[in-house]
Amino acid sequence: MKIPATQAIMECLLEQEVDTVFGYPGGTILNVYDELYRYQGKIRHVLTAHEQGAAHAADGYARSTGKVGVCFATSGPGATNLTTGIATAYLDSSPVVFITCNVGESLLGKDAFQEVDSTGIAMPITKAAFLVRDAQTIPDVMRQAFAVAASGRPGPVLIDFLKNVTAPTEMVDYTFIPWRENRQCESIRHINASHQLKEPEVDRQDIDTLLEMIAQSQRPLLICGGGVVRGKADQQFRTFAERMDAPVAITVMGGGGFPGSHLLTTGMIGMHGSQASNVACDECDLLIAVGCRFSDRVALDPKTFAKQAKIVQIDIDRAEIDKNILTDHHIIGSARQVLEMLNEKLPQYQHPEWKERILPLRAPSVAEDSEKLTPQQVLEVIRLQAPQDAIVATDVGQHQMWAIKYLHFSYPGQLLTSGGFGTMGFGLGAALGAQMGNPDKRVIHITGDGCFRMNCHELCTVEHYGLPVISVVFNNGTLGMVRQWQNLIYGKRFSETTLDRGPDFVKLAEAYGLHGYRATNRQEMEEAFRQALSCGTGAVIDCVLDMDEMVRPMVAAGSPITKFLLTEQEASL
Amino acid sequence: MKKEFDTTRKLYTLCILVEDIPGVLSQVARLFSRKGYNIESIVSGATDRPGITRISIEILGDELMIDQIAAQCRKLLPVQAVKILDEETCIRQENAFVKVRAARREERDEVIQLVNIFHAKVIDVDKEALTIYTFGNPAKVKALIRMLEDFGIMEIAKTGTIAIERGSHTIYDINKLREEYDYGKNVL
Repeated sequence: MKIPATQAIMECLLEQEVDTVFGYPGGTILNVYDELYRYQGKIRHVLTAHEQGAAHAADGYARSTGKVGVCFATSGPGATNLTTGIATAYLDSSPVVFITCNVGESLLGKDAFQEVDSTGIAMPITKAAFLVRDAQTIPDVMRQAFAVAASGRPGPVLIDFLKNVTAPTEMVDYTFIPWRENRQCESIRHINASHQLKEPEVDRQDIDTLLEMIAQSQRPLLICGGGVVRGKADQQFRTFAERMDAPVAITVMGGGGFPGSHLLTTGMIGMHGSQASNVACDECDLLIAVGCRFSDRVALDPKTFAKQAKIVQIDIDRAEIDKNILTDHHIIGSARQVLEMLNEKLPQYQHPEWKERILPLRAPSVAEDSEKLTPQQVLEVIRLQAPQDAIVATDVGQHQMWAIKYLHFSYPGQLLTSGGFGTMGFGLGAALGAQMGNPDKRVIHITGDGCFRMNCHELCTVEHYGLPVISVVFNNGTLGMVRQWQNLIYGKRFSETTLDRGPDFVKLAEAYGLHGYRATNRQEMEEAFRQALSCGTGAVIDCVLDMDEMVRPMVAAGSPITKFLLTEQEASL
Repeated sequence: MKKEFDTTRKLYTLCILVEDIPGVLSQVARLFSRKGYNIESIVSGATDRPGITRISIEILGDELMIDQIAAQCRKLLPVQAVKILDEETCIRQENAFVKVRAARREERDEVIQLVNIFHAKVIDVDKEALTIYTFGNPAKVKALIRMLEDFGIMEIAKTGTIAIERGSHTIYDINKLREEYDYGKNVL
């Protein structure tokens, strides 16, 4: 059947069961938006304040639902505004299909109005970037883009349509094929043979080798990385950890992959890792990392990292093996498949002495009373009042580390955070995307005053779509994490980190038609959060905190993992 | 056991089998510039398989660095296989055209003698100049060019080095490593 090109784009979205897209219109993408107008009942479009917000929203939607996120933007500045969002999705392996349009074929490469080489810019930050110059290829490219984004190690994909390809006169041969069928179909293969989807077996020999290593280990440590979350292998990981009877350190991206309240959890590992995790890493004789790339925030000093241990990496992406840390053994496969195969043969182990050495090092997690509000109190209030399954989206910095440290996540997709790219401004976009994808859950956005300023204009999106997102602003009047480094490493020279300026976040919330609250002590926080939960709209809580609060513990970049610059307790410094 | 890497800097040739799609060459080349490395030479050409191109890249570096670039390269969707070859494991050859000033007859005779010694060929003659074609391992080509310098070289056009593994192994061989890379790309 022949249908217009833009209709084929919409039908291809429906094939993928896409019901929500985020975006911002503009000149070159007008034809696509014109078609979207006709598809209003089938595809809901969420108009954000800025393309970056749309990109983060599609990303947050993808991370929290496990589906592929979709984001539209126009050429030139529309596309470049997406780039931070694309890179954020790429570094955290989040499946998002970005659809942009470019100028027409006759203007391509002529520095036309709002022209930029979008696929060229996207090349280093996508799994694949397609430039569509022929309308006939639309169904193939769309199907392939979704297949690539969702399969293997997930990631963002960009499709850039030339404007003439989307012209109303362009007709395309099209048959509706649901995604479950079209991922196998011939059309995906003929554009690009290597994009053919495969289902290889995990190497059984590799599994047996690891089982042998486990049998010989006295002091094993597990690391739960982002791969457990992205691969939804939380159940399998839990069984594995309990059979191993080994402490489990959780990376920033691994939050939700293993219950934060579990008896074996030692908390974060690395720069702001707990003493328990970092000491365990230093003393273990077998380190098994699942879906973790040993980034420089985890393996601060590759030379001394887990120096007594045999290191084993389980990852879906072969290029991660021996990249940051040289390993003794690796298994390639999805976390879920590999762990299932291991669990089949893994006996129940007991490591009482080793656990006795490590687990008591964990810090008590009850917030102390104080006159002024502390970060830990804010998070304790959230933990006690918010529903257990509330989704938490964070920005980047001190509040992010505190949130991950003091809140307990129990399922993949509960924590949305920019761990790899460290994008300030990610949180609000991600939160509204998550709320769109999870209308039955509460979404809490935890942010700092610096990060919030970067993308707070998305409050208009929160208001317009009636999203009950609660933004909790850790307002310490400074770029806290940078100040912390300046305090500890740069001789207290606070260069350009003091944020002694507006706006008044309570009034800002009200200006956007939302509820605003301010909390200066625990009692006010409890009251504000209670009201925010029941106010029926989005809300902002301005939490007034001390400027010199620090994230504890801390190990300096490049240092051995147990060389703490700051310890857990202030007194012992 | 942790893998051990040869830390000496030497010339490696990366043979990369890619699908012939727009942008693939820049996708591959980008991986070198990303790490701040300069490509010594790069050649791209068709293979015995339709739609498949072979890119040969010569690079000076140590084994760890080559290994890491190769890993990022293998991860690219259009890349089907990568072979890391060094001097001991492969045959390497390059092509060159050298235009030499030779206006006098004695000069021309001398150049032709040299060309014969090096098993090269004169492929164009003019009153002012000779153009020589040579094919061989990079050391031989270099040596010939050095000898021709005395006459005055007007222009050189060289291809990069192409390389192929000795013995019966080919770049198409399916092995465990290749299958492992497929996971990150295509597994549902």
